[in-house]
Amino acid sequence: MLLIEDLHVNVDGREILRGLDLEVNEGEVHAIMGPNGSGKSTLAHVLAGRENYEVTKGAVHFEGRDLLKMSPEERAREGIFLAFQYPVEIAGVANTYFLKAALNAIRKHRGLDELDAMDFLALAKEKMKWVDMGKELMERSVNQGFSGGEKKRNEIFQMMMLEPKLAVLDETDSGLDIDALKIVANGVNSLRDKKRAFLVITHYQRLLNHIVPDRVHVLGQGRIVESGDKDLALRLEEKGYGWVVEPEKKRLFRRELEIRPSL
Amino acid sequence: MGDVVKFGIVPIGGEAWLKDLREKARKQFESNGFPTTRHEDWKYTNVAPIAAVKYSALPEGGGETSFDVGEGTGVLFVNGRFIKELGVLPKVQIGQLRNAFEKKETGVKEHFGRYASVEANAFVALNTALCDDGVFISIPDGVKVEKPIHLVFVSNAKSAFAFHPRILIVMGKGAQATIVENYIGKEAGPYFNNVVTEIRLGKEARLEHYKIQREGESAFHVATVHAHQAERSSLKSYSLSFGGALVRNDIEVVFGAEGGFCALNGLYVVGDEQHVDHHTMIDHAVSHCSSEEFYKGIAAGKATAVFNGKILVREGAQKTDAKQTNKNLLLSDEATIDSKPQLEIYANDVKCVHGAAVGKLDPEALFYLRSRGIDEKSARSLLTGAFANEVLERIEQEPVRASLVNTVRVHLEKMHA
Repeated sequence: MLLIEDLHVNVDGREILRGLDLEVNEGEVHAIMGPNGSGKSTLAHVLAGRENYEVTKGAVHFEGRDLLKMSPEERAREGIFLAFQYPVEIAGVANTYFLKAALNAIRKHRGLDELDAMDFLALAKEKMKWVDMGKELMERSVNQGFSGGEKKRNEIFQMMMLEPKLAVLDETDSGLDIDALKIVANGVNSLRDKKRAFLVITHYQRLLNHIVPDRVHVLGQGRIVESGDKDLALRLEEKGYGWVVEPEKKRLFRRELEIRPSL
Repeated sequence: MGDVVKFGIVPIGGEAWLKDLREKARKQFESNGFPTTRHEDWKYTNVAPIAAVKYSALPEGGGETSFDVGEGTGVLFVNGRFIKELGVLPKVQIGQLRNAFEKKETGVKEHFGRYASVEANAFVALNTALCDDGVFISIPDGVKVEKPIHLVFVSNAKSAFAFHPRILIVMGKGAQATIVENYIGKEAGPYFNNVVTEIRLGKEARLEHYKIQREGESAFHVATVHAHQAERSSLKSYSLSFGGALVRNDIEVVFGAEGGFCALNGLYVVGDEQHVDHHTMIDHAVSHCSSEEFYKGIAAGKATAVFNGKILVREGAQKTDAKQTNKNLLLSDEATIDSKPQLEIYANDVKCVHGAAVGKLDPEALFYLRSRGIDEKSARSLLTGAFANEVLERIEQEPVRASLVNTVRVHLEKMHA
């Protein structure tokens, strides 16, 4: 579904991604972990089509098509969704109005009938329950005056409404308490199926207790330095990121693993 | 310098006081002419194109023109001439100013020309010298007019013509009303509308005053509003400007007695090579009055917009509370907006705050909307509409608000196209 090859990306003249390779198939959940500044959020934004992120080398294919040639709205319509780490507040645009416009743009692209106000509200009501969102949040301006947790729940709510093929969650767990984390995870898990893929970007392992990944990748200095199954996340939690970023530590860690594979 | 006959016919007849005032105005205009950009108040607005046009007499007729006043009432002028009354006018004095002059209606002599000074403003002088007709509204003490009164000026003739309507609104003690000035141009012109509105609010009177400018695209529109407020009176003004090639809106409010309140709201939306200039002046001449000003502007294409907001707090005007906000949105690199707050404060126990900003659409917000599947054009117009909505939300008259929301939407769509 998603194939990233040797991706190099500059932001403000600095090279942030330096040869990233990644393949995500239908129905898979991949976690991307890594220390601050390793390029996690850059990857998320490049996939969503953020301007001013300069791809200097490499390719990204989504369902066989060149993703980098598509505008942000085309990507969304083709089925990519980014849950923002910092959802933007938009004064004067009501949540319902915005989401209805988005949903209908996507439905139209997929050859489906546009939803009228009644059908839209019925659908929204059903999805709101999953993320414990009150109706009053729907009537407010997009994210305006929302608490940190409300903003994150709104992202997941939007994802549930738009039903993407590939959802990229950019540190959706940051700033959430354990209850909010469970709500967010519930929403994500409810969407898991054989077709839909997820890229879960996180600094901490705890989200992955609730959204169990098929693969875990560690990002260091702009490329994937380690990949494994869900246990890799547990090891990172214990050992920190130092060993993946510094080659000497990584070598020692590997040796330790050979001696004590239970670690 | 200026020759008034270039812009219209000097009216004959009338009472001595009116003749004297017109004569004084004519002399004033002829000795000074139009201001140039060397004049501080006209620094950003060059009115030379207005003088460069050769105007012919007011066109006859205007075809079948109607205006939907909804639940309200009003009067209709086409190409500068009075056509008819709209709806059933309430039982207060509303009608042609010309008739009020002839019938020597109470209040006309007392208030006409008293607030808009022919010395201070060349366009007021020109209007006063040539003004032959307009609207006179007098609402007696204690009378509340529930329905909005629409004053509608439609221009649809293809010839070049100039007209100088005059509106006089006199509100008695405790009187209440909503008055909507509508200026509409339909493939007309180049024409020159030089309107002057004088408003006198009696003690505890309350007025909602709307001025909705949708002139034709080659029109010159110069409008001057002067309001004088008595004790504890309230004025809510909404000035919305969309059309015209060269537009100037002046509004001056004078607090004549304590306890007055005024709210001046404004929205200007311009594109192509339009120019719009709003000058506001609130004269806190006495103590214990409050004013709130909220103007927003949007400029696209090669348009230019100016906001100049002056607040004068005179000596002794203690406990004045004045707020001024002006926010602007530039939709293109070639559009220009000049925002100039001007506070002159000569009293020490006052609260005055102001803020001005000129910015572009937030790229973060734009990306957020697009990342959800909304195309760039729609995302831009959604954000621009939201910017304008902050002014429209303040409109209390629901039918007026709803119709303006629609006007703004259509206008913005046209600009983004």
